[in-house]
Amino acid sequence: MNPAAPIPDTLFALALGLLFLAPLAVAGVALINVGLGRSRSAAQTLLGNLAMVAVAVILFALVGSAFAGALPGGAGHILTLGGKPWNLLGAGPLLASGLSSAPLQSQLALFFEVAAVALLVLLPWGSGADRVGLLAGCGMAAVLAVLVFPVAAHWSWSGGWLGSLGANFSLGEGFLDPGGAATIHVLGGLAALAVVWIAGPRRGKFPKEGFSTAMPGHNAVYVLFGCLLALVGWQAFNAAGALIWLHAPLSALPQIALDTVLSASAATAATFAVTRSRFGKPDASLCANGWMAGLVASSAIASVAPPIGALFVGMVAGIATPLLVELFELALSIDDPSGAIGVHAIAGIWGLLAAGIFSPRPGQLLAQLIGIGVLLGFFLPLIYFLFLALNRFLPFRVDSDGERMGLDLHELGGGAYPEFVIHRDESYR
Amino acid sequence: MKYAGLLVMPAGLFLALAALVLFTDPVQRTAFVVCGLAIEALGLGVAVRGHLLARGEHHL
Repeated sequence: MNPAAPIPDTLFALALGLLFLAPLAVAGVALINVGLGRSRSAAQTLLGNLAMVAVAVILFALVGSAFAGALPGGAGHILTLGGKPWNLLGAGPLLASGLSSAPLQSQLALFFEVAAVALLVLLPWGSGADRVGLLAGCGMAAVLAVLVFPVAAHWSWSGGWLGSLGANFSLGEGFLDPGGAATIHVLGGLAALAVVWIAGPRRGKFPKEGFSTAMPGHNAVYVLFGCLLALVGWQAFNAAGALIWLHAPLSALPQIALDTVLSASAATAATFAVTRSRFGKPDASLCANGWMAGLVASSAIASVAPPIGALFVGMVAGIATPLLVELFELALSIDDPSGAIGVHAIAGIWGLLAAGIFSPRPGQLLAQLIGIGVLLGFFLPLIYFLFLALNRFLPFRVDSDGERMGLDLHELGGGAYPEFVIHRDESYR
Repeated sequence: MKYAGLLVMPAGLFLALAALVLFTDPVQRTAFVVCGLAIEALGLGVAVRGHLLARGEHHL
């Protein structure tokens, strides 16, 4: 990836227009987070989505963007090892100063990264639904926007060492992540795993005896409509990412759009078939998770795979999604209400791997493997220990009374649906 | 146990990165990178196991 190359005016206008649509992915994920949680925490969950986006965008624009290095500044923090430069951290201006006079390519890069960080921070929030407080959520957003995402964005997109594996070590085009499969989705899914590990399961989820308690989402309509909204946002992310990071020609965009929707469709069809064969009827929330897993996988492969490849990648993601949900819940005692770990982390890793498989360039698969290794070997421990430290100052989990009465009443003083009867939770008997 | 698993994971990453610097032969590089990823998977497995043990001790 070569982020420094200039971009023609027409492509600039197109990419900017696409980025105006990218927040629809944020809206879709926010709706999914709300719908998959309980009714008594719905307002708190949606407010949390907004608050986390606000905190993340402000802090990234003011501080994090300097480390991400989207805007031109210093040469960056470069370590020379084995005779090769390893660009570890950007050295752009603080407070996004000089944005209007920066090259068009850099302006687009910053805008893309702002939309990306807004999407990233929602992923762990959905996994901590019904038990994680608003302040803790804002703290997580701050940590991700200032300390984690800028490093990942610089390494993958803005001239960092991962994106330069092609130039420095002849590994294809370097680590390929044009739609943010790694930098948004795998990172967000790993953050979700850290939150689930630290906050623990919802009260009553895993009783001492017997199977885990089913806690279905409260509004399948929100979830499914969120999936449709997310499709528009994903098309925007994938197409804009290809224009900005890969300098894809206009003629490549229709295939990118087609791959995106094919991957999601194949994944949904596969999840539909799997859940119908296992449970006798298709499961709405799992099919929604399958759709999202297909979209996440498309973020990695839309620029490199042919349509038949996108179908295959989506189908595998769709088959794996319901099986992963069962594995996490029944075998690994992981309570992930939004399914972000399977949908975003695992499907993202699968997409990154598939991008290496489908790329015709020699060494691309190795570059993708190294990128996956960085996500698991560097970013997961980093996020976990940062969140663990944050948990000491801003405890993630609300007290048990708050959890029992619902986070709407506990944190906001009123429910999302005041004219409806909220049913007692059977798991507290 | 969870911390130990999470600390093993960067060790696998260092092995994968060392392969880039030490080898130019694609086969050797790939072998080392795959070994590094296997160590990361081992560390993740230990961390997950640690989570399961902790859950068994503190049922909510």
